[in-house]
Amino acid sequence: MHMADALLSPTVGVALWGASAGTIAYCSQKVSTEMDSGKVPLMGVLGAFIFAAQMINFTIPVTGSSGHLGGGLILTILLGPYAAFLTIASVLVVQALFFADGGLLALGCNIFNLGFFPAFIAYPLIYKKIIGREPTSAKITAASIVAAVIGLQMGAFGVVLETVFSGISALPFLTFVAMMQPIHLAIGIVEGVVTAAVVSFVYKARPEIIQSTLELSPMGSHPMRNILLAFLVMAMLMGGFVSRFASKNPDGLEWSITKVTGKVGMKGPEQGLHATLTALQEKIALLPDYSFRKNSELRKEESKPEAAQPFQKTEAKKTEDQKNLAGTSVAGLVGGTMTLGIAFLIGFALKRRRLPQRIVLS
Amino acid sequence: MSHHIVEVKNLSHIYPDGTAALFDVSFRITHGESVAIIGANGAGKSTLLLHLNGCLSATSGEIRIGDTRLTAGTLPDIRRTVGMVFQDPDDQLFMPTVFEDVAFGPCNLGLSGMDVEQRVSDALERVGAAHLREKPPYHLSGGEKKRVAIATVLSMMPDILVMDEPTSGLDPFARRQLIGLMRDFQHTRIITSHDLDMVYEVCDRTIILKRGMVAADGSTGDLFENGELLKECQLERPLSLQGCPECAARIRSCGTAKC
Amino acid sequence: MASLQQAVLDLKNLDLLANGNSPIHRLDARAKVLVSFVFIICVVSCDRYEVAALFPFCVFPVVMISLSDLPPLFIIRKIALICPFVLAVGILNPVFDREILMQLGPLGISGGWMSFASILIRSTLTVGTACILVGVTGFTAVCQALERLGVPQIFAVQLLFLYRYIFVLTEESDRASRSRALRSCGKSGKGIRSFGSLTGHLLLRTWQRAERIHIAMLSRGFRGEFRSPKTSRFGTPDLVFVLGWTVYFAIIRSFDIPRSIGALLTGGGL
Repeated sequence: MHMADALLSPTVGVALWGASAGTIAYCSQKVSTEMDSGKVPLMGVLGAFIFAAQMINFTIPVTGSSGHLGGGLILTILLGPYAAFLTIASVLVVQALFFADGGLLALGCNIFNLGFFPAFIAYPLIYKKIIGREPTSAKITAASIVAAVIGLQMGAFGVVLETVFSGISALPFLTFVAMMQPIHLAIGIVEGVVTAAVVSFVYKARPEIIQSTLELSPMGSHPMRNILLAFLVMAMLMGGFVSRFASKNPDGLEWSITKVTGKVGMKGPEQGLHATLTALQEKIALLPDYSFRKNSELRKEESKPEAAQPFQKTEAKKTEDQKNLAGTSVAGLVGGTMTLGIAFLIGFALKRRRLPQRIVLS
Repeated sequence: MSHHIVEVKNLSHIYPDGTAALFDVSFRITHGESVAIIGANGAGKSTLLLHLNGCLSATSGEIRIGDTRLTAGTLPDIRRTVGMVFQDPDDQLFMPTVFEDVAFGPCNLGLSGMDVEQRVSDALERVGAAHLREKPPYHLSGGEKKRVAIATVLSMMPDILVMDEPTSGLDPFARRQLIGLMRDFQHTRIITSHDLDMVYEVCDRTIILKRGMVAADGSTGDLFENGELLKECQLERPLSLQGCPECAARIRSCGTAKC
Repeated sequence: MASLQQAVLDLKNLDLLANGNSPIHRLDARAKVLVSFVFIICVVSCDRYEVAALFPFCVFPVVMISLSDLPPLFIIRKIALICPFVLAVGILNPVFDREILMQLGPLGISGGWMSFASILIRSTLTVGTACILVGVTGFTAVCQALERLGVPQIFAVQLLFLYRYIFVLTEESDRASRSRALRSCGKSGKGIRSFGSLTGHLLLRTWQRAERIHIAMLSRGFRGEFRSPKTSRFGTPDLVFVLGWTVYFAIIRSFDIPRSIGALLTGGGL
């Protein structure tokens, strides 16, 4: 379920980082202005509760495997969307740092996939609609299951899109969708049932907890629109910034493509800037060719929706890659192995030098 | 030094669900006194403590700390004056390191730099926990946690120290250390506990609560002699008073087990 | 998360490692956070068929581990645990991408295998770096660094609270689930009904704990704002650390050094 660093291109990673960071900033502000200082420990402890609750398993009927509580939806039901988003994000930060779930660059994606959808889509648009003004146990059960399934489906689809747009994995879009969605349908149902069980229990014992959150943040169209807008703007800004950084002067291949497609004019306005920056960017380009190609392809895709998936290369490009890599990679491998050796030698040397020091110190 | 006085007048508290937890409780505790509030489970001890620094507000009646009446406006002052040590130190130690936890109160008082440093060092020194300074709370033992929890309150330099079940969950050694610590304090002390042996050693005066009302208020020695009263309040004489020949001899000779 | 207990134990161990006293430990947390981030961006920005060019990046984790006396095995074990997700998705690359990209004698290596190898190296590097960052800095210091780098205070505080109470609550839930397991004689009793009330109870206790913590905070003068007593300085060593590594990453990212060395050795042209 977690998106992973290794599958992510920096453009996508940084764009979603920006988006998630923006949402965190927005939610932080919302929660701060609520002026409920009791929220601070409550959010913290409930975040820890998510970890703790995952130690309690139950047997799933029929399959016999075991399931446990997921995080997003139940936190939103208990805390309301803004505080819940912050709490989910914090849980994911800890998972990224300690449990190596995903990694740091993928953190933005994961916060988005697992936090945004349950807190700002599944909860206000599905859960609350089903619950209405007067919660009952039956309504809570139905609402939890439906909201969990839909939230998770969206999250899984997010993973698919992020992976595909990154183009690191060679998995075709449809295969990936066909793989991810059904698995997450099952996971979603389990999460829904579990969430329903816990929420119903809490509702019986202390109805005011569930009730007060329902009344807490009347999510009209306004805050919802704000958050979506803030999110989109951040994503576009960051994505735009990174892809601009990544773009290079079109190489021969790019030129041939533009000739073939007859869209030379498309890059016209950027030419001046590119020309001056070429020499510099050749050296310092943070991001490799493929992100640029992908972007240009994406742009083309917008005008031609039926175009191939962005990561599927054109024949011409493949041969170009092949030529490039086949010629260099043997040398690269030899040199790489040497570099690796040197790296570890440096490590040993440093270790050696530090050891006597430590003895002196102790 | 009049602000070391705690005065509770006709205090009643009814929880939102209708349970009456306290009914017409009155007492007055003066400077330097060490008072135990004891009673069976559910007698209202914790509810009473939570009133003393305004965490709960009275349904009727009033509380005075020194010359100040406890109201929403005087709350910050009162909280500085009344230091509260809670039963579960895990609830009290929420900051990442011992140092930051002990500094939490002083920082909220608006102190900074060397002043905070000084207060933290003093407080940790007093509870004998100076070596734990940089440790995170989850690496501490139960006894260490308890002592640090007390330090977090001492660093605010309260005039009145309120402790809820200070010895619960401690091993005999840690308990003994804590008793020594509590006897050394010069503050006005208010302690709730089921550890009546500790009460007997630390507190001169005891208030017994029974179903939300004051059942008795007097010198600890006298109350613990009164078997009838204790039984009625679902309490028991401390072990040290239960017919141990040695203690009995001591009590006969000097009136208290403490000499 | 079957091995959550183990993970929490690891958490404590990682935190204890951060108490070390090495030149790396002594650096300002902000410097380490920044460098780790630059590192990760540089690594993931490499081309998807890149394998050898990633090797110079190994210098960073190796140097960090050696200078800070972190136990390498511990880090390697953590990396080995990384989610099977990467493998699951990555392993399909050789299936879909069969284009031969490299000829090693008679052996043709397809683009799929190259990118698969690349994915594995990337995740090793990025996950390892996250581990090392926590190991040489400590989670608390990382959070405080984040706050000083502009993360909203409420979020930084949220991270600290979460981290603090993971230890308390996992112990509590461990006790609860053990007592259920002892009374459920194997299978029966582990169904959704007992799960719901057990977890629900845990949740309510957690809620009450939050209320108690809040009271404890109010009792010590909390008024909604955290003031940190500590002020660390971003000194010259920190600046040197950040600049040094950034320059190194920039160089190995823009020049393919292994290729140059290899070309020199094999006599092939660039």
